Amino acid sequence: MIETGEILQTLRMIQEEHFDVRTITLGINLLDCSDRDPQVCAERVYEKICLMAKDLVSTGEHIEREFGIPIVNKRISVTPVSLICQGDPLPIARALDRAAKEMGVNFLGGYSALMHKGATRADERLLASIPEALSTTERLCSSVNVASSRAGINMNAVREMGQVIRKTAELTADRDGLGCAKLVVFANAVEDNPFMAGAFCGVGEPECAINVGVSGPGVVKRALEEVKGEPFDIVAETIKRTAFKITRVGQLVAREASQRMGIPFGIVDLSLAPTPARGDSVAHILEEMGLESTGAPGTTAALALLNDAVKKGGVMASNHVGGLSGAFIPVSEDIGMIEAAGKGNLTLEKLEAMTCVCSVGLDMIAIPGDTSAETISGIIADEAAIGVVNHKTTAVRVIPAVGKKAGDRVEFGGLLGYAPVMPVNPCGNAAFIARGGRIPAPLHSLRN
Amino acid sequence: MRKALISVTGLDATGIIARVATKLSELNINILDISQTILGGYFTMMMIVDISGAPVDFDGINQALEPIREELKMEIHMQRMDIFDAMHRI
Repeated sequence: MIETGEILQTLRMIQEEHFDVRTITLGINLLDCSDRDPQVCAERVYEKICLMAKDLVSTGEHIEREFGIPIVNKRISVTPVSLICQGDPLPIARALDRAAKEMGVNFLGGYSALMHKGATRADERLLASIPEALSTTERLCSSVNVASSRAGINMNAVREMGQVIRKTAELTADRDGLGCAKLVVFANAVEDNPFMAGAFCGVGEPECAINVGVSGPGVVKRALEEVKGEPFDIVAETIKRTAFKITRVGQLVAREASQRMGIPFGIVDLSLAPTPARGDSVAHILEEMGLESTGAPGTTAALALLNDAVKKGGVMASNHVGGLSGAFIPVSEDIGMIEAAGKGNLTLEKLEAMTCVCSVGLDMIAIPGDTSAETISGIIADEAAIGVVNHKTTAVRVIPAVGKKAGDRVEFGGLLGYAPVMPVNPCGNAAFIARGGRIPAPLHSLRN
Repeated sequence: MRKALISVTGLDATGIIARVATKLSELNINILDISQTILGGYFTMMMIVDISGAPVDFDGINQALEPIREELKMEIHMQRMDIFDAMHRI
């Protein structure tokens, strides 16, 4: 029989430490919706999503009530749209947004292109349409994979994405560049990621799958408060134990959702995903380890330990772990990061170093409105290089704050939070970006 | 067996356990374990119950508890035990 102390611990995690299941994301394959006529394709896409996802939100709410655990988001990811659109992709963008609203999900991801080795004509059309798609839809999320450890870095795509991000920021300037918060540039993108804005349903995925993302930075922080001053062996062990418990709940919810909807279980993504709420911050976990502020020397080591211990603890708790799994470090979505960046303790360069050991990359960072497309491309190229060489997923989600300069503030609201505009190194790189072509894959890509 | 945790918290008064237990009995819900304490005038009770014999589903039971919540002015939460088993037992 479960002891009272154990029951109280679980209840405290949920009620006081912001423990929740961050998302149940339903991956849906849309390859069979393709048609030469974009309108026909869009209609098929809409109908298929509405058929497959009709029980998603109600099932999520049922599980929430019965198990007493908040399931914050119910979302949908679909096959990268560039793989199904044979003409203008914009009607599909609108159909996806309409389907997301009809199904009651807050985000739908997959307005995506995989072009790490090169671009198809469909990829090019999709890229060109991203600014308009993101500025005229509400819930659609877009991602583009520009590099992989196997293929190297597609520098043409990197160059174009700098321009796409700038244009998206300009078209959504009235909303502080919100469009860019829904656009991720990846290296080594994963096919089963349940987290937005980078979720899509990869081509190796089944017809549909339930992927669940857990979270709980507050729970980890609280657990570390109990081991103040202890050596790192104990810190790592404490994080592992906590991650195990969190992930077991994710596994339970995933299994339950899968059974109730009659849809196969895909993976549990055991990520620590912060929100702007106090007590739900990854930065505060790092600070609990003894740093005055995130960004202080030692931050990268602290994050490396955290990221690794989360995986080690979580992997035993689920029969399939996947997605991004680790610790996210989005600036605008984490109160500790916001404060550290606001005080100037956390710089873009330090964040770049941190992305070598976190689960993804430069995330939700507001940059000055006059940052050039080439500079953004340079940031993407650097981040892609880290991912490609280290065989990890990296990403860039930066938001040029049109009309604002370093030190000003942008506001996205809700889970996307707010952020201080961070200064960017102004040195030119136009000739570097203009070259284009492909940076070859590193030697260790030849593993066979 | 489908186990659930029912927690009851609020200002202490006479007859809380009796009232809740009677309702559960009406719903054919068997009480497996019960612990109760008073902390600073606050009544806190946790019951582990078997809901498999209830004539209604989980949401139905929750609804049936609603009049008791209002009458006693207590917080009454019910959740499946699976979440505690998952977290604390391998």
